[in-house]
Amino acid sequence: MSELVELTVSESLKKLRNKEISAVELTQAYINKMQDNAKYNAYVTLNEEKALEQAKEADKRYQNGTNRPLEGIALGIKDLFCTKGLRTTACSHIIDNFIPQYESTVTQNLLDDGAVFLGKLNLDEFAMGGSNETSYFGPVVNPWSKETKLVAGGSSGGSAAAVAAKMCAAATGTDTGGSIREPAAFCGVTGIKPTYGRCSRYGIIAFASSLDQAGPICKDVADCALLLNSMAGYDAKDSTSSKVEVPDFSAFLGKDIKGLKVGIPNEYRIDGMNEEIVTYWDKAAEILKNAGAEIVSISLPHTKYALPTYYVIAPAEASSNLSRYDGVRYGNRVDGNGLDELYTNSRTSGFGKEVKRRILIGTYVLSAGYYDAYYLKAQKVRQLIKNDFDKAFEKCDVILTPTSPIEPFAIGDKKMLENPINMYLNDVFTVSVNLAGLPAMSLPIGLSKNGLPLGMQLIGKPFDEGTVFKTAYQLERGANFVRM
Amino acid sequence: MAIDNNTVRQIAFLAKLKVEPDKLEETKEEFNKILAWVEELREVNTDNVEPLVSVNNESLTLREDKISAGHNAKEILANAPAQEFGYFVVPKVVE
Amino acid sequence: MAEYIITTEKGKWEVICGLEIHCQIISKSKIFSGASTEFGDDVNENVSFVDAGMPGMLPTLNEECVHQAVKTGLGLNAVINKYSQFSRKNYFYADLPQGYQITQFEYPIVGEGAIDVDLSDGTSKTIRIERMHIEQDAAKSIHDMSPTKSFIDLNRAGVGLMEIVTKPDFRSPEEAGAFLKKLRSIVRYLGTCDGNMDEGSMRCDASISVRPLGSDELRPRAEVKNVNSVKFVMQAIEYEAKRQVELYEKGETIEQQTRQFDSVNGVTKFMRKKEFSDDYRYFPEPDLPPLILTDEFINKVKSELVELPDAKKARFVKDLGLTTYDATVICENKETADFFEKAAKGHDAKKVANWLMGDFFAMLNEKKKELKDSPVTAENLGALVELITTNVINGKTAKDVFAIMAETGENPEKIVEEKGLKQVTDTGAIEKLIDDLLATAADNVAAYRGGKVGLFGWFVGQVMKQSQGKANPQVVNELLKKKLG
Repeated sequence: MSELVELTVSESLKKLRNKEISAVELTQAYINKMQDNAKYNAYVTLNEEKALEQAKEADKRYQNGTNRPLEGIALGIKDLFCTKGLRTTACSHIIDNFIPQYESTVTQNLLDDGAVFLGKLNLDEFAMGGSNETSYFGPVVNPWSKETKLVAGGSSGGSAAAVAAKMCAAATGTDTGGSIREPAAFCGVTGIKPTYGRCSRYGIIAFASSLDQAGPICKDVADCALLLNSMAGYDAKDSTSSKVEVPDFSAFLGKDIKGLKVGIPNEYRIDGMNEEIVTYWDKAAEILKNAGAEIVSISLPHTKYALPTYYVIAPAEASSNLSRYDGVRYGNRVDGNGLDELYTNSRTSGFGKEVKRRILIGTYVLSAGYYDAYYLKAQKVRQLIKNDFDKAFEKCDVILTPTSPIEPFAIGDKKMLENPINMYLNDVFTVSVNLAGLPAMSLPIGLSKNGLPLGMQLIGKPFDEGTVFKTAYQLERGANFVRM
Repeated sequence: MAIDNNTVRQIAFLAKLKVEPDKLEETKEEFNKILAWVEELREVNTDNVEPLVSVNNESLTLREDKISAGHNAKEILANAPAQEFGYFVVPKVVE
Repeated sequence: MAEYIITTEKGKWEVICGLEIHCQIISKSKIFSGASTEFGDDVNENVSFVDAGMPGMLPTLNEECVHQAVKTGLGLNAVINKYSQFSRKNYFYADLPQGYQITQFEYPIVGEGAIDVDLSDGTSKTIRIERMHIEQDAAKSIHDMSPTKSFIDLNRAGVGLMEIVTKPDFRSPEEAGAFLKKLRSIVRYLGTCDGNMDEGSMRCDASISVRPLGSDELRPRAEVKNVNSVKFVMQAIEYEAKRQVELYEKGETIEQQTRQFDSVNGVTKFMRKKEFSDDYRYFPEPDLPPLILTDEFINKVKSELVELPDAKKARFVKDLGLTTYDATVICENKETADFFEKAAKGHDAKKVANWLMGDFFAMLNEKKKELKDSPVTAENLGALVELITTNVINGKTAKDVFAIMAETGENPEKIVEEKGLKQVTDTGAIEKLIDDLLATAADNVAAYRGGKVGLFGWFVGQVMKQSQGKANPQVVNELLKKKLG
């Protein structure tokens, strides 16, 4: 039965439709794997009983022919998506007892398409982090770890690890500055952050509203297309969700990329980047060239400023978004002398160190006298970063870069912990995409000499996930990466 | 624009977070490190650049004025740390 | 213009005042959620997950609130901004579930405007509007139910508000009072706010400072928060201005501060200084893209605009011949103006106005009834006036008929018909009554002819009595004069 968990979503669907396998046995196989791999700390809340019920229902539907697009597919859900009746914590102590009375639009879309939810997946507290080490429930262990326990990346570390270790068929993630792509790269799986506005943010616990976007983390490119087909779409409950029509992303798979212009940004050849990653970057370009694409050099001159811009805007929005966690209407309350002390006590004990750090920074950059110098300035530079991409896309159709400048590092790595900026620097290739609202996918390209997965990133024009999918599909074929 | 301990205290007050006195210095140092780093932005010439407000340039869609929520006090209060007579309860607020 | 100068032994002072008025928008659902705006429902029942600031919840803007704001802006003769933006105002408060209020800061939906107010000395003054923006209301907690706890009811959280900010154009309490009344009248005409200050659906903050008469300096101001009646606003300005003058004359200084009005004692009280906690860290609301209004939208609202009090008043004076005073009183309230127009249609408008403002309002007062519940309909009031102007009944009978109308709601024609109250204008019939009287009262006839002209009234009274009040008094007069010689 264990071979069932090896199947991709597309393969599983085929076998389910042909009644070669049942949804219950498929779900049970994943549940077994979840138990075997509990050591990775990928799940923070389990939903096994309910999942088996859902699977039973799915089997009925396959029997009577009313099966839906993802009928019986067992998913893991990042614990940032509110799930009705199922504890949702953002991996923060401040709401570690919160039971939503509502369902996020993205998870509702998946349920409406017949998906089964196995449980809630670990993440950095409120998605703030790049290594999953800020989670109140402890770090996720990268399933590729050898002797030393390595980070799975973050913030969607639980999602990437669970997919890599076959503890779910696919998972949902969210990406504010690289939170889908970096863990996907670190865990040797595939993830896409669609264009800002593609997926509704309704019911997803907000980190930085103008940057947050949901997307799937999957075993391969084709599965990402299937999942995104279900997750994406206009939602009247999210005023930033887009009315641009959602195409069938699966239709782009296998399409010819002859004559497609692939841009390589000069500014992404940064000092101190892992040599192997540079080699793989060249290899990826070669694969695409062999598939008929044309490689062009492009310039994104404000790249250098993307991280500082991001680390002003994201904390600013976060400081405001996290004001609602005050111990009054839900979440943990620590009483004090009067309401003000109740607020301060609840928040001080409820939030972890990194979250508090970002709330303080965000509060500062918005405060009187500093707003213009920091927040407003950053929003202007953000416009310049977006302009860079607009200009670059006059020369190319899709952009190829590494996902991360480094390979997965050890949990508790001193260099990362003693200076938060060292951790922030890992997002160097991913944050610009969020600032400009673009779609981008990370897929595995190969293993480092340490035997750890490395990822490549494909960035598309706004609402042109289609080109990202067809390019990624070719790159995946050429890379021939062997999943764990 | 390096900040001092007093600013850290004021910011923490606004954010309703407590910075223990013995952590003040450390917090300030860290704060200043991050601020020094983001100050690279000053190098960028942003004259005549409008701040980015909405990345997709889509205008706000308006909702029809009809009642589509409410009459679910039980759900609203379901996670309340303290409630009485259907109200959320907090220590007395002096107006 | 009526000058309002505070004169002391030491000098003369002028008051500078500006107002900020929060008006609850009339809409079915809240400004950013689908929960009802209904007042007085059970605790926490009109609350959506959005209003409660639940994790992951997002605001969606109510079209009607935008519509109402544009309408109000047009009513204030103000610029409608086609581009506006929402911002977050960040602060912690029991009544603020999200930890921020969604409001408009840099780019309000309505820009500068102006309205004219009428003052008691017959002059009028233009008050300039600085801006108007839309935002969400806070919740309303109960603080007096327990000595140690506050109870939070989120029903009001998220109801739409329009905040109207005036320029500091007020120089007297009277001007501020007149402005508030005018504003209330406008929003009620438009149907964008019910204007009930005592219920809190219209709330006023007044920024008050003083300066030596003739100077143009701007001194620190005191902001008096949440004053809930026109009268109290006027009292608060008067008290606060005097207080400041006294302090300055004692050689003290005044710091910018927030005060509250104590309506029991008619005084303002210190609340707090402007301080660090007032750093609201406004920034553009990332959950709501900019609001872009099309010409089509604005024109549609324009086409729906009703005639506003000033225009209506002018028309009543010009076309219907009302005095300015009568027109002002009748137009202050749209229901009254509508009632009047309906009653006056096809009849003597001036007479209708007299009846409306006299016997009619007295009757409503006595019966403690609202205009909409009046037993006398507008049509019937008009019909009654018509019976008078066409001499079917006389003024005295009309009062009796009106009393019956007020009791029964019947139409006056029917009452007059049934009770036989039509006045007698038939000269023959009246002549007969006079002849009979003169024949039986020979003494008085002789006395009158002998010079006691004062007896004329007695003759009239007797004839009216004989006619049971139905004789037309004018006809009686003329015939009597002729017959008595």
